[in-house]
Amino acid sequence: MVRMREKVVLFYRLFSVFFRIGPSTFGGGYAMIPIMEKEIIVKRGWLTPEEMGNAISIAGSAPGGVGINAAAFIGYRVAGMPGAVAAVAGMTMPTFIIVCLLSLFYSLFAHQAKLAAALKGIHGAVIALIFIAVFKMAKTALFDRTTKLVAAAALGLLSFTSVNQLAVIIGGIGIGMIAVAVKEKLGIRARTEKESPPRQAQALVYPEYYI
Amino acid sequence: MASLSALFIVFMKIGLVSFGGGYSVIALMEREAISRSWLAEGQFQELVSVAGTAPGPIATNAATLIGYDAAGIGGAIAATAGIVLPSLLIMILLASVCLRLFDKKLVKSSLYGLRAVVTGIIAYSALHFGFLSHRTSFFTWQTIATLMICAGALIGIVRFKLHPVMIVLASGLAGIVLF
Repeated sequence: MVRMREKVVLFYRLFSVFFRIGPSTFGGGYAMIPIMEKEIIVKRGWLTPEEMGNAISIAGSAPGGVGINAAAFIGYRVAGMPGAVAAVAGMTMPTFIIVCLLSLFYSLFAHQAKLAAALKGIHGAVIALIFIAVFKMAKTALFDRTTKLVAAAALGLLSFTSVNQLAVIIGGIGIGMIAVAVKEKLGIRARTEKESPPRQAQALVYPEYYI
Repeated sequence: MASLSALFIVFMKIGLVSFGGGYSVIALMEREAISRSWLAEGQFQELVSVAGTAPGPIATNAATLIGYDAAGIGGAIAATAGIVLPSLLIMILLASVCLRLFDKKLVKSSLYGLRAVVTGIIAYSALHFGFLSHRTSFFTWQTIATLMICAGALIGIVRFKLHPVMIVLASGLAGIVLF
């Protein structure tokens, strides 16, 4: 019975920690990584810095936002499957409530010309935020001819044909794997990641492409 | 009214391919929502702008808003659960299988192409979301003003390191002035 109660307390704690981290992720997941480190490593001691580094790097490569992915991973490591569910629910709920309230507010004032104009302005800002994400991602992902070609081909295919996005993703992964294999056959050293300057290796530094 | 199961399934599919965070699926989301007439043409840009004013990942917020618009609060829950579920399941799988997975050569060589292709997809998302989706002529006051605000926001973020909240507020004000 005692163990059951301890477990419930742990689920609640996971939920509440991520409930507090969730709303701080304004403008994308990478903003919350320092806050997450402080809560998870320093305050709770749930993960070591090395495990946290692994968690973030896996979270950034799987589908979905890095914040929700990291929450699922950490929740699972701390308390198994229910822990993952508690952490993701905590992470998602605050923004869900805020967005529902915004939607209500928006539907009440949708006929206001000023609100429509403000939203058109924010549209411009959101485009800028997406472009920033492109630049950050390009900085770490596009470091040789193959990666640049793959990115350009993806942009071209999506812009000018009606090819399925999933097919583009699978094609990109396939071309990358073939390129690495061919380079190794030819005896060229194949890099699969951008080399980072050695001083960065000391500290916990995350690549910049997380969104 | 859209059916809740359709909302859940479509957003689950979108969640499954949202590599590189939510930005890569914005164009896909627009196509799905409009082809199923969950949204009217042109409504999507406004919805994503609303999503940008809230904290949290923009794609998840947009899913919540589209679901809410299509089928009320139940729709919002179905769409949000749908887009989050693949992340949850995949991360549980990765966390339980092995942490050392990321040292493996095969994984590294597949991430090599994946990162590149996602960069291209996000670039397409930005262009499509910004300028290509409406069929009206390109050189309108709307496009010019949007470009101006976009450039201003870029300068604000890159040069002056302003917080995204400030950028969103300022561009909202600029919108009221310009449009």
